[in-house]
Amino acid sequence: MSSLEFRKDLFADERDDSLNEIGKPTIRQDILGHVTGRSPYYDDHLFDGLLHMRCVRSPHHHARIRSIDCRAAESMPGVRRIVRPEDVPNNLNTLLSLIGFGKEDEPMLTPRKVGYRGEPVLAVVADTERLARAAVAAIRVEWETLPHVLDVEAAIAPGAPVVNETYPNNTFDYYERYDHQKLRFGDIEQGFADADHIVEGRYRMSPIEQAPMETCGAIAVPETNDRFACYTSTQALFFSLATTAKLLDMPSSRLHFIGGTVGGGFGGKVDSVVEPMSVLGAMLTGRPVKFTWDREEEMQVGAPRGAELWDIKDGVNRDGRIIARRFTGYFDSGAYTRLSSYAVVKGTAHLPGPYTIPNVASNVYCVFTNRTPATAMRGFGITGVDYAIECQMDRVAEAVGMDPVEFRILNAYRDGDMKAHRRLAKNTALIECCQVAAQKAGWRIGPQAARQSSLTGGGGQRAEIPETVTDHEGRIGERRRSRIPNEPLLGRGMKSRIPAGTTRSEDVVAAPPQRPDMSADRQDVLPRHDIGSSREFEAARSRPDQQPTRSAGPESRGDLPTPGPGRPSPQTSPQPAVPPTRTLQRPRVSRFIAGSRRR
Amino acid sequence: MAKTPVSFQLNGSEVAIFVDGGQNLLDALRRTVGDLSPKFGCGQGTCGTCTVLIDGEPFLSCLTLAELAADRDIQTAGGLATGPNLHPLQTCFMENFAAQCGYCTPGMLMAAKALLDRTPNPSREEVIEAISGNLCRCTGYEPIIEAVLEAAKSMQGRRP
Repeated sequence: MSSLEFRKDLFADERDDSLNEIGKPTIRQDILGHVTGRSPYYDDHLFDGLLHMRCVRSPHHHARIRSIDCRAAESMPGVRRIVRPEDVPNNLNTLLSLIGFGKEDEPMLTPRKVGYRGEPVLAVVADTERLARAAVAAIRVEWETLPHVLDVEAAIAPGAPVVNETYPNNTFDYYERYDHQKLRFGDIEQGFADADHIVEGRYRMSPIEQAPMETCGAIAVPETNDRFACYTSTQALFFSLATTAKLLDMPSSRLHFIGGTVGGGFGGKVDSVVEPMSVLGAMLTGRPVKFTWDREEEMQVGAPRGAELWDIKDGVNRDGRIIARRFTGYFDSGAYTRLSSYAVVKGTAHLPGPYTIPNVASNVYCVFTNRTPATAMRGFGITGVDYAIECQMDRVAEAVGMDPVEFRILNAYRDGDMKAHRRLAKNTALIECCQVAAQKAGWRIGPQAARQSSLTGGGGQRAEIPETVTDHEGRIGERRRSRIPNEPLLGRGMKSRIPAGTTRSEDVVAAPPQRPDMSADRQDVLPRHDIGSSREFEAARSRPDQQPTRSAGPESRGDLPTPGPGRPSPQTSPQPAVPPTRTLQRPRVSRFIAGSRRR
Repeated sequence: MAKTPVSFQLNGSEVAIFVDGGQNLLDALRRTVGDLSPKFGCGQGTCGTCTVLIDGEPFLSCLTLAELAADRDIQTAGGLATGPNLHPLQTCFMENFAAQCGYCTPGMLMAAKALLDRTPNPSREEVIEAISGNLCRCTGYEPIIEAVLEAAKSMQGRRP
């Protein structure tokens, strides 16, 4: 039962779904408050005795704190409290720890070493904003500047400065075994070898600040029942509440968050930075405390969409079919993880674009640099990839001398195709979209492209899942033999890689190439070269109660693969008719393409 | 710090407050008077969310000293409606979906009102010029321009 049917079922007696709203103008339910100036943004709550909090921030991209002198600020009239790193009960966090993803890497107030310009090291709570600013200006911090790195490629080069000591390689650790997020489908090197043309492209996207009209801010107020109310601009109320509870080591029942009216967010208000700061200020002073960014802080320390760099290599046939596509992607996470680790997973889940390509491989890195930490921003992880993919599509179309729209229609996925993530494509509409766009733009496409449909031509061989190549240790992809322990080095010209699923060493136990929960149902994974495959597949597909539901790539889901002993069981991982004994020939393979973590 | 008594008309009512030296009008209106309709966006005079009318002219209240409001007539978005009856600009903003997050709306409304008070039948270019000092990040300017033009049409023949 699909989710839509389920919802209808659940709410059957509550309302019908024939609201007939689409295509008719409607009036927003909150707009009366907007036009009368009465919508309650966080700063539209007035409190007697409100105190103001401001941060002492790093003027350097990368620096160690030698000493801090607060004496002048402490003796200023109206200064209520200097908040120091040791005042934070649990001063190390990573946002996605709430879903158990990533290591704690970011302090709320940084005690020793800053990783980006504008990183907060102290906070001042004072009677007025002006006094707080004056006190911040009176605090003397002695810095020892360190070499910094502001570019992803420089950050992963040997000898680059370590940005974030939690991740000494300057890359996020995926699944405790990779320094990048992987996607493997088919045999990419064979695809390149078979292709008539190879087209390579490199695409970059700059960071983009959300720049909401209302800057990020929060007001925390001690309530009479030993709780704290927090009026906030957050886009993620409960996420901010839980993050605050964690950083301040208090039960979430002591926090009462009030929000919902946001003066523009676009992703920049999910990072839960201002809420714990204001609540800590209220805890330490017993007074209402406002912590808000001014416009300069919003632009400098407000987390933007991260910079992206994509290298795409396509193998394409003379007839315009893309048969292999390889991505190497770099996400600039800034100094801390925030949500960039997830952006990489999301970006990988978006590859290789809405096209059916039989051989796909990608390695995407979440890279730490001394820039402002990056976070959510309007389709982050997707927009930059799509930009790169579609620019590349135009380039490839040009290389094979095809019309760019017809080229997209030819390669578009269709219902029933197997996507690189081992999920069947459903409700596809790229072909129709291209046809309508061409028509509206007055762009002529050939009669054959105009006749195509997403509903036909998919499935069959296009629905097969190729075997995933894994190494001895269960790592997806392939590694240099010299890096595998206890494996004798072979001479030049001999096979330097190990085919999937083979075990030649007692010391290294192979994990199943696919975890049980990512292996597809038998019905939609049929052996290659099985003549009856497409018929069987259609028959299996026509039984609605046996729709494949468990096929998903492990690396696109964010949970850890469990390495297990032995070889894959036939139930969970179908054996291909022809075992993949051929290894991939890649002279001078880049270490970024190899499966191992960088040393 | 010495405080200065200041009195002015706010949306037709007499207001008397004490202001700090250097306090800006936005802060005085929001914190001291309690009219929360003008918003803080940048504090630098670039975004226009704090726009109020002083004697009918649009001013950026974040860059206006509160003391300068003495004996002047100030209008904010909070005073646009007459009791339960909305101003035509407000109605047209609602009907044209000219607000999304709503944060720039009070400033937009005041900039548009200054225009319509002066030029009851503005051209599209005049509307664009009038709101050119007000930034919007979500709605886009087209629905706002349409709303102002529609309000001008619906107000024909009567003074607002």
